[in-house]
Amino acid sequence: MFTLKELNVKLFKILVFLLFIPMGANSTVHKHALDNGLKIFVKEDNRAPIVVSQVWYRAGSLDEVNGKTGVAHVLEHMMFKGTKTTKPGEFSEIIAAAGGRENAFTGADYTCYFQQLEKSKLPISMKMEADRMQNLVISEEEFLKEIKVVMEERLWRTEDNPEAQANELFNSIMFHAHPYGKPIVGWMNDLENMTYKDAEEWYKNWYGPNNAILVVAGDVKAEEVFKMAEKYFGKIPPISIPERKPQQEPEQNGPRISILKAPSKLSYVQMGYRAPTLDKNEAVDGKDQFALEVLVGILSESSSARLTQNIVRDSRLAVDVGAGYSMVNRGNESSFELYATPSESVTTDQLINALKSEIDKIKKDGVSDDELNRIKTVVIANDVYQRDSVFYAAMQIGQLETMGYSHEILEDYISNIKEVTSKDLQAVAKKYFTDDTLTVVTIDPQPIDMNKPKKGKPHVH
Amino acid sequence: MCIKRVILLCFLLLSSYANAALDIKNWTTKNGSRVYFVESHKLPVVDINIMFTAGSVRDTEETNGLASMTNHLMFSGSAGIGEQELMNSFADIGAQVGSNFNRDQSSFSLRTLSDKKTKAIDLFKLVLHKPDFDQNILARETKRYVANISQAETMPEAIATKKFMKSIYGNHPYGFPSSGTIDSLNRIKSTDLKNFYSNYYIANQAVIVIVGDVSNKQAKSIAEELSKGLPINKNIKDIPDVKKVTKQDVRISHPAKQAHLYFGTPIMKRNDPDFFPLYVGNHILGGSGFGSRLTEEIREKKGLVYSVYSYFMPLFKKGPFEVALQTSKDQVGEALSLVKNTIQNFIDKGPSEKELQASKDNITGGFALRFGSNKKIMNYVSMMAFYNYPLDYLKTFTDKINAVTVSQITTAFKKRVDLNEFSTVIVGVDER
Repeated sequence: MFTLKELNVKLFKILVFLLFIPMGANSTVHKHALDNGLKIFVKEDNRAPIVVSQVWYRAGSLDEVNGKTGVAHVLEHMMFKGTKTTKPGEFSEIIAAAGGRENAFTGADYTCYFQQLEKSKLPISMKMEADRMQNLVISEEEFLKEIKVVMEERLWRTEDNPEAQANELFNSIMFHAHPYGKPIVGWMNDLENMTYKDAEEWYKNWYGPNNAILVVAGDVKAEEVFKMAEKYFGKIPPISIPERKPQQEPEQNGPRISILKAPSKLSYVQMGYRAPTLDKNEAVDGKDQFALEVLVGILSESSSARLTQNIVRDSRLAVDVGAGYSMVNRGNESSFELYATPSESVTTDQLINALKSEIDKIKKDGVSDDELNRIKTVVIANDVYQRDSVFYAAMQIGQLETMGYSHEILEDYISNIKEVTSKDLQAVAKKYFTDDTLTVVTIDPQPIDMNKPKKGKPHVH
Repeated sequence: MCIKRVILLCFLLLSSYANAALDIKNWTTKNGSRVYFVESHKLPVVDINIMFTAGSVRDTEETNGLASMTNHLMFSGSAGIGEQELMNSFADIGAQVGSNFNRDQSSFSLRTLSDKKTKAIDLFKLVLHKPDFDQNILARETKRYVANISQAETMPEAIATKKFMKSIYGNHPYGFPSSGTIDSLNRIKSTDLKNFYSNYYIANQAVIVIVGDVSNKQAKSIAEELSKGLPINKNIKDIPDVKKVTKQDVRISHPAKQAHLYFGTPIMKRNDPDFFPLYVGNHILGGSGFGSRLTEEIREKKGLVYSVYSYFMPLFKKGPFEVALQTSKDQVGEALSLVKNTIQNFIDKGPSEKELQASKDNITGGFALRFGSNKKIMNYVSMMAFYNYPLDYLKTFTDKINAVTVSQITTAFKKRVDLNEFSTVIVGVDER
């Protein structure tokens, strides 16, 4: 119970900070492309007789249009509802019978489907992924049931969760024009008005071998995986991918501040600044991005980091704090964010000032050599620890490639991090953290109108 | 990111896949700590986990939250070295530390690069052997706990789980909120933490698991060192048995859009003779996500929920059997009857042969996945070690799963699962 909020903060860290700690120089990734455009990446790891298979589509909420938000995620649900030759739910049944685990997730930049299996079962997953890449059947009947499930998911994930609502509001005011302003799960009104034809349109537009990436990691041989992929995916014809317009958020000239009234006991602050992502063509060096990456570590990577030490332990203004930044994505717009829950009787203004003063300290004094070396040591050690997870290795390749980067950018990650100096941190803090590019959302807690708990009648069967 | 379905808790609690190839060494230290060791040199990493029977089951109504707070403050200063310096020292060598807490257990973990292990283990020993439990830090952390508890009191899911555990356990400590109450937390003093530590963080009941890049000889010496600095207490209190309580039927109003439903009763403990039929049976009933009966009936056929599941959570004493779901308020009545009908139908008629075979295939066919990384090996061996499973548990597991029959499942469910004993908690009742 206690860790609910902490967990959120930790999750941000995992997703945002640790995500791009690379697999290390000794890891070879084998690459191949089929004639129909399907790209395949294989990472061999023979520590255990298991395999992870992931199919990534370059289609996420980033590609959605107004009125149809959430359709990427709805289609992800429909991908389990049968094909021309399989019944609804049969995909899951077959994987389960093979002793496997499977699931899928939708992000702003991508949709990913994965299976984890004993290594000899890889052909089963390939055969079925190839089938649903081209033969999905979206019936109105199944759609009408599943859209209800997705609406329940939205209620649970967002509407009954004040911090998730704050995050939704935050994104929508930080990004007015750019699709990152829209929620991945979709607006409720859009879900209510969505039809199976919208899901079909999405599938037709984006699901094909030339808009997908297959990543396989585990106890496999790359050459055999390539042959197997040719066998199952090779005959799928490429699709005609709709034109993607470059989308850019206009310059922000002045702070954007919003207040969310929500039933809650504690208040909450989410604040952030527009920030750059790594350039996909490497035309611009990534000095600023790597400095921001180190900075987020200095502020919140572990319980020895600054925000926890200064704001939770010393001044005790907050009961929880965190920070997040992602240097890579497909949409070329990022943000550097801070989150905090004020202690009792501390106002959100006090807390915002405390967070800003932490930023000002960086601008003015930079960081000590000890702090800088510590965070670099942590990054290098985490690089080794991450090799323990086969799934993670596959995920990293899939994400980067779907976003439009080469996974090879990982190779220089550590050397780039090592080069960051205290002066670099000061420079990026001054350059990006200005009030004119600041966005803030606070929760104004509303009392909860709970009738007195009342006991019901005994069961009637 | 949106995930299609929630990762089910039951996998963590009950996942049981055998791997005969996993070589677990086992011995006891001079002071009586049980040690389990899995050697693996494939990565230059060492993982250590040390567990104590010091979860919230050790709390009393008066001191509710003491066990959790003791766990929470273990990394907050040792032998006069302040919390910041301590945390910096771990980070300076890239070592990761963590803690875990639940009803039965309080545990602490260390992950270090093998070439930094000496320093890392020295620091870890300081943490385990010389905690300061500073009064000033306790005051600060009590406020953080209180803030989180007040917040939880507004959240329907948290309200429901707390009420559910109270409803099915009455005054047994399994029914206490594991982080305590605002009143009880405010009573806890630094000396209480010190006493709790001396009573329960003891060498003669500690369980140590080591996985990774050390030799058997090194593991022996590491375990010996970790064990010997801990207190010894030969007069440990027994954990009280779970007594039957009158079933409760609780409805609580809440302005949230969804209602949260919890339904169940205490049924199974660790090393329970009916473990295999109940485990496989629940896998079919509601433990395996898609394909399980509850998910099929309530999500797939009706679209009423995003997530519905059932699990047995075996503890030292009878742990809960629990069904949980969230749904729009006006649908909760329908969902509850479907849950009841589905379970009752399963008790009456049992699974089909086909369902049983599918479950066996899933459980046994995926055993390798459970040991795919040092972290997974650590989690699995820790569970076995803490609850003192026999060492041949993994070797015999597949055979025992395959031996389960439809009639064993039906018999076990008829004998052990009685809906008339189930409590119901719904937070967010429909007022219309």
